[in-house]
Amino acid sequence: MDRNSKKAWLYLLPSIVLLGLFLVYPLIDVAVYSVEECYNFASQSYQGIGLYNFSYVLHDPYFLQAVENTFVLVIITVPVSTILALVISTALSSIKPLRQLYQTVYFLPYVTNTLAVGLVFMVLFQRTEYTDGLVNLMLEWFGAGPVDFINGPHWAKMFVLCFYTIWVVLPFKILVLTSALASVNDEYYKAARVDGTSRTRIFFRITLPMISPMIVYLVITGFIGAFKAYSDAVALFGTDLNAAGMNTIVGYVYDMLYGDSGGYPSYASAAAIILFVIVLTITCINLLVTRKRTPA
Amino acid sequence: MNIELQGLTKRFPARGRKAKGETTAVQDLTFTVPDGKLVGLLGPSGCGKSTTLNMICGLETPTAGKIFFGGEEVTALPPELRGVGMVFQNYALYPHLTVLQNILFPLENLKGAARPTRQQMRDRALEAAKLVQIEELLDRRPKELSGGQQQRVAIARALVKEPRVLLLDEPLSNLDARLRLQTREEICKIQKKTGITTLFVTHDQEEAMSISDFIVVMKDGVLMQQGAPQQVYDDPANLFVAKFLGTPPINVFAGEVKSGTLLLAGQKALAVPGAPDGEVWAGVRPEGFVPAADGPVECGLNRVEVLGRDTSIVCTHPACQADTLRAVVRPEQLSGPMGSAVRFALKPEKVFLFDRAAGQRIRFGGTTA
Amino acid sequence: MDHEEYEKKQRAMHRRDNLRKALTYLFLSVWAVVVLFPFYWMVLTSLKSYAAYNAEHTPVFFTLEPTLENYQNAFTAVPLGGYLLNTLIFSVITTAVMVVVSTLAAYAFARLRFRGKNLLFGLFLSMMMIPTELVVITNFVTITNWDMRNSFIGLILPSITSVFYIYLLKENFEQVPDELYRAAKVDGTSDLKYLWKVMIPICRPTIVTITILKLIECWNSYVWPRLITDDPAYYLVSNGIQEIRENGFGRENIPAMMAAVVVISVPLILLFLAFRNKIMEGVSRGGTKG
Repeated sequence: MDRNSKKAWLYLLPSIVLLGLFLVYPLIDVAVYSVEECYNFASQSYQGIGLYNFSYVLHDPYFLQAVENTFVLVIITVPVSTILALVISTALSSIKPLRQLYQTVYFLPYVTNTLAVGLVFMVLFQRTEYTDGLVNLMLEWFGAGPVDFINGPHWAKMFVLCFYTIWVVLPFKILVLTSALASVNDEYYKAARVDGTSRTRIFFRITLPMISPMIVYLVITGFIGAFKAYSDAVALFGTDLNAAGMNTIVGYVYDMLYGDSGGYPSYASAAAIILFVIVLTITCINLLVTRKRTPA
Repeated sequence: MNIELQGLTKRFPARGRKAKGETTAVQDLTFTVPDGKLVGLLGPSGCGKSTTLNMICGLETPTAGKIFFGGEEVTALPPELRGVGMVFQNYALYPHLTVLQNILFPLENLKGAARPTRQQMRDRALEAAKLVQIEELLDRRPKELSGGQQQRVAIARALVKEPRVLLLDEPLSNLDARLRLQTREEICKIQKKTGITTLFVTHDQEEAMSISDFIVVMKDGVLMQQGAPQQVYDDPANLFVAKFLGTPPINVFAGEVKSGTLLLAGQKALAVPGAPDGEVWAGVRPEGFVPAADGPVECGLNRVEVLGRDTSIVCTHPACQADTLRAVVRPEQLSGPMGSAVRFALKPEKVFLFDRAAGQRIRFGGTTA
Repeated sequence: MDHEEYEKKQRAMHRRDNLRKALTYLFLSVWAVVVLFPFYWMVLTSLKSYAAYNAEHTPVFFTLEPTLENYQNAFTAVPLGGYLLNTLIFSVITTAVMVVVSTLAAYAFARLRFRGKNLLFGLFLSMMMIPTELVVITNFVTITNWDMRNSFIGLILPSITSVFYIYLLKENFEQVPDELYRAAKVDGTSDLKYLWKVMIPICRPTIVTITILKLIECWNSYVWPRLITDDPAYYLVSNGIQEIRENGFGRENIPAMMAAVVVISVPLILLFLAFRNKIMEGVSRGGTKG
């Protein structure tokens, strides 16, 4: 090895060591854990190799609940947040005065601590013995009865979780779409206006196809992100998500690993691998669908 | 359908947060594009010609002044009610649509009684495609086409709704030199075939001169001169127009008129009867020099460039405003070997005098007013 | 078209335009309120006294007797100051080490020539696809086995590397013209000096961007610190707030909690307002939350 190569490897050494230890090795190790049956954390011993861990996880009602919650969350928040972001950024692109101000305001949730602001949402939605909370006050204006969104029925909790998730993910989507919209050459719009194209038609026939690569990107990353939802749920419902019936797949993984219900890295690994397979499948389907729809 | 502009003015608020006031892009512009003619709107970049085009097609509203199409006022009408077809500088072909879909696009916008049936739309699109000879490209996408082909598609898309007026913004600027020559003839041919009133914007004087029936020269938002290309070339109204038109460009001398004679560097150069005494700019077209052994203008010879049909003599003169001046002569006018100096006589019809202050033309007996 | 008809058309058009504009602004403002309202509410609540807040059966949108007692409470009744300090130490060290490590790696990929470079870079890129959730399990076990729970080093080590930032830096480094490197070599400049004196100053905007993004990421990190710390002395703000929510202040003291939330949120919001354009540009270049 010549001197130059040695130097290069030296420069790369810290990264390689850290990545190897905390990214590559764990990836292999997690697969190993997932097939080691009856792994004991204290004695670090196991009794056999097999798929029992997967079967256990797949039959665990908490896991099934978590899968259901996660899917509901994904199916609601991804389309709603993408469409909402599209509407907002389109509106944002059509104005000039105050645009910067709106843009700054809309970005704020991105830089806030999910856990901290989740607490505010909890306060807004919660119904306690002292007060019905602000959201219930507003519902009352429209004649709707008070609902406890934090400790009440499952659909109400799901609603808050979806609402908060959308609130948290929108800044990124608005930012990406606004810059995508800005990058569409103005000449296309001028040409369309000269031809008397209506606004709706301009939007659906020109704007949308032009920014579709960015929308695809947002949908794919949105799916991935939503499948990994966890801290939003913790922020709203506390760390004991199983009790609240609001656990997510990632939450299930962590609960298996640590905390009152923890100590089962094998189950956690199996659940994490299942999650990974789900995400991978959905991403592949997404890519296939979009590739088919936009021939090169 | 003629296009008539009356005192058209466009002011924009100044850019930047701190800048105050307004910038005037177009100032009191009045001219008429005659029915069925091909008119070139010519000027250096930033002279307001594109703004003018945008006001004519309805993308911008004028600050003052009026626009008439065939006597009908359209000043504040939105573009779609004006019946204009426009070809953009970068063509603005929708990349995700095929050529046919691009051409169909304007027709699909039509509403109500004006909306043709699907079959009629197709027929019209095919007709437009035929006109610009792109029938075999209909299923391609814009990025699979060459620049010249994209240009044709853009023209077809502009023509398909049978506009009253065709506008082209720098139609040739994105093509390479060879294609430019070919395309400008193509545009000329299409215009003649359809007989549509056409206005195109360009900064290239050669382009404008070669195909226009009529040119309009602008500078800093102000109309400089209008007329048939040859007429404007032969009879420029001011120094700017004289300098802007013609390749090689006009040679400008600092001269003086004294009792009906033009003096260049103190030497008598040409009789200019009727011109008032005083200092002037004297512009001499390259073809205005005639080599003559006893010619009044003596120049130091730099080199002789033989370019096929013509021969250029590059030489120096103390009064010339550029480092060198260029005379284009016929080879047969050169007699014998040349020394270090060359003498010319000037053709009076190729010499223009301009006042020193504003660059306005000073006429003298030799030229018609 | 006669003149009157023409005028009428023009007026109708203007009206439509204005209406559309008004509706657009109304819609944007409604969403702005949705975004800002939680912030308003947390500040408002944090200024209400405990007694006043609990006396409100219907929430009140303003307060006439603002008090700072909750802030005092937040710092004394729970170790909020400690959480803040921990987070600051954690964020600053992690970010600093990350920048150094990433810069070195990016420089090697961008400028140095060595065998297997393309293969290694390909491997690096493929690591971007490994989800954190998958590796966190083993990392937890590793750090536990190394006896590094409840320590800064345990918190920091697995948080340092980010393939994405290495990639971002490498792209930026490669834009620096090759001639500069050759010129420096001819002058006998060492690689490290070239990196320090030429590359870093030229690429400073990108370095600033990744620094800020990493700071935000660290400040908000929750999952890893939660796994690795169970001693409140090492809690970061996210875990601290969770602790406060579940056990803090002895009772449901919402105003005090809100005061803590405000204290935690303010540093990042200030950072954002100061570096707004850099952050927004950096995020749109590929940062997703989490």
